[in-house]
Amino acid sequence: MTLRLGSTVVSPTADEPAVQVRGLVKRYRTTVAVNGLDLTLPRGQVLALLGPNGAGKTTTVEICEGFLRPDGGSVRVLGLDPVADAPRLRPRVGIMPQGGGAYPGVGAEEMLRLVAACAAAPLDVDWLLRVLGLEGARRTRYKRLSGGQKQRLSLACALVGRPELVFLDEPTAGMDPQSRLLVWELVAALRADGVSVLLTTHLMDEAEELADQVVIVDHGAVVARGSPSELTATDDQQLRFRTRPGLDTDVLAGALPAGCVVSEPRPGTYVVRGTITPQVASTVTAWCARHEAYAQDMRVATRSLEDVFLELTGRELRS
Amino acid sequence: MTDVLSPESRFAPGTFTPSPGRGRVSRMLFTQARTELLLNLRHAEQLLLTMIIPMALLIGLSTLPLLPIDEPRVDSVAPRVFALAVISTAFTGQAIMLGFDRRYGVLKRLAATALPRWSLVAARVLANLAIVAVQLLLLGVVAAFLGWTPSLAGVAGGVCLLLLGVAAFGALGVLVGGALRAEAVLAIANAVWFVLLLAGGVVLPVDSLPDGLAAVVRLLPSSALAEGMESVLREGAFPGWAPLVVLLGWATVAGVSAVRTTRLT
Repeated sequence: MTLRLGSTVVSPTADEPAVQVRGLVKRYRTTVAVNGLDLTLPRGQVLALLGPNGAGKTTTVEICEGFLRPDGGSVRVLGLDPVADAPRLRPRVGIMPQGGGAYPGVGAEEMLRLVAACAAAPLDVDWLLRVLGLEGARRTRYKRLSGGQKQRLSLACALVGRPELVFLDEPTAGMDPQSRLLVWELVAALRADGVSVLLTTHLMDEAEELADQVVIVDHGAVVARGSPSELTATDDQQLRFRTRPGLDTDVLAGALPAGCVVSEPRPGTYVVRGTITPQVASTVTAWCARHEAYAQDMRVATRSLEDVFLELTGRELRS
Repeated sequence: MTDVLSPESRFAPGTFTPSPGRGRVSRMLFTQARTELLLNLRHAEQLLLTMIIPMALLIGLSTLPLLPIDEPRVDSVAPRVFALAVISTAFTGQAIMLGFDRRYGVLKRLAATALPRWSLVAARVLANLAIVAVQLLLLGVVAAFLGWTPSLAGVAGGVCLLLLGVAAFGALGVLVGGALRAEAVLAIANAVWFVLLLAGGVVLPVDSLPDGLAAVVRLLPSSALAEGMESVLREGAFPGWAPLVVLLGWATVAGVSAVRTTRLT
């Protein structure tokens, strides 16, 4: 039952999560793209789906958007079925598909006005073009826009209808640092205004900065989940520093107190795990000095999300 | 999450407070149809296909004795060029636009809005009908200057045939443009247009084709539309059920197939 009060729809599903996915499975001919994935996005929060290329992020989002049918499991978006209830759901959701989308010959403003016409109470199109830095591209044909401009137009199209929930599939791909910062500010403003956001990214700092909850996926399944601070929490301390890549860490480990472990997770970045004391830092500096090198950016730290990510998803390149 | 929303954030609190809802359907439909019409009218290759080539053929074939056509030549040429105009817009032009629209992700973008699915199709139909109306107006005026005297008794039948023609070729255009890669669509849509123009009963009457070929061509929507238009507008005669059935059949088969094969991207 749905009660219609003016233009506001009050549905009995108002306290259900924004997105709830249980045991999701999606197969393409020979490959399993999503394999038993669960996630819950509570209302008004930001969830980042983090994973390497081909992990199943876009497939998951497109199923939540109702563009793909799941082969197994259940998906509820704002308490509704994204495929069967699409006509009721679409007006309430803002979607930024990966790579955007518009008529090749349409002007940026013309496209945004068309999408705005589909909403009951759209944001002001002129204002939106201005804050997204598309003022100068109003009349530029879509196919002539730069990658970053296309992304910003696509974002504008996702937001113009004042949705309750937005799906942002790699929102900062192809953007310059200024645009990325703008998107981050936008997502923070959406969250502050009570909009639920599900975004995908393969950028650690983006997930760490924006998300209440990070879900790390690989090979179509969840490998870790939690708030950025939960994911990076660890019992043992770490000393991180940078110096010349490829130095012999066995020598350093031998010089350190028992229980300290040395690794080089990325060429030139070294991590000492164990009980970190000033003596440890001094030993590290001396070891570097023997190799005629400085120990740079030395800090005692918890794990970064990147460490967690690489630990969980491995190091080999994905297509 | 850390505090990105510093005091100098460019978004005042409450800017994005949700207020979702569907726009008025009439406004959505009108805005999309107008956008698609304008996109067509400012696209140079589309204009060449839909306006300039039909106009050149109308003038050329009416004034120069290139083909064995009864006098007054314009009375036969004008209805046949009208048929060509429909094929250019509803089939070739639409297939190519759709192919590239899909490449650029517009169908997915529009499907992601509150636009109902039927209105995605309806807006395209409206835009196509508007283009055909503009074509017929311009071609009709030029034909009148060339001495065209249509049979007024055939106007109603002509409109029916045109609508059926738009339906049949429009469905075929969606069938080709909705399933293949954009480059393949471009090649096929142009090649089919050229073959239909020369051998599909459009400019050359079916009777002037070799017998075996003529039997096949009579079943094509191009000959049904062109021959039907000539008989209603030249003689004011009922074109017979054959062209109506042929057009309706193609519209149905292509439409049903297109629903199954059309992909958003």
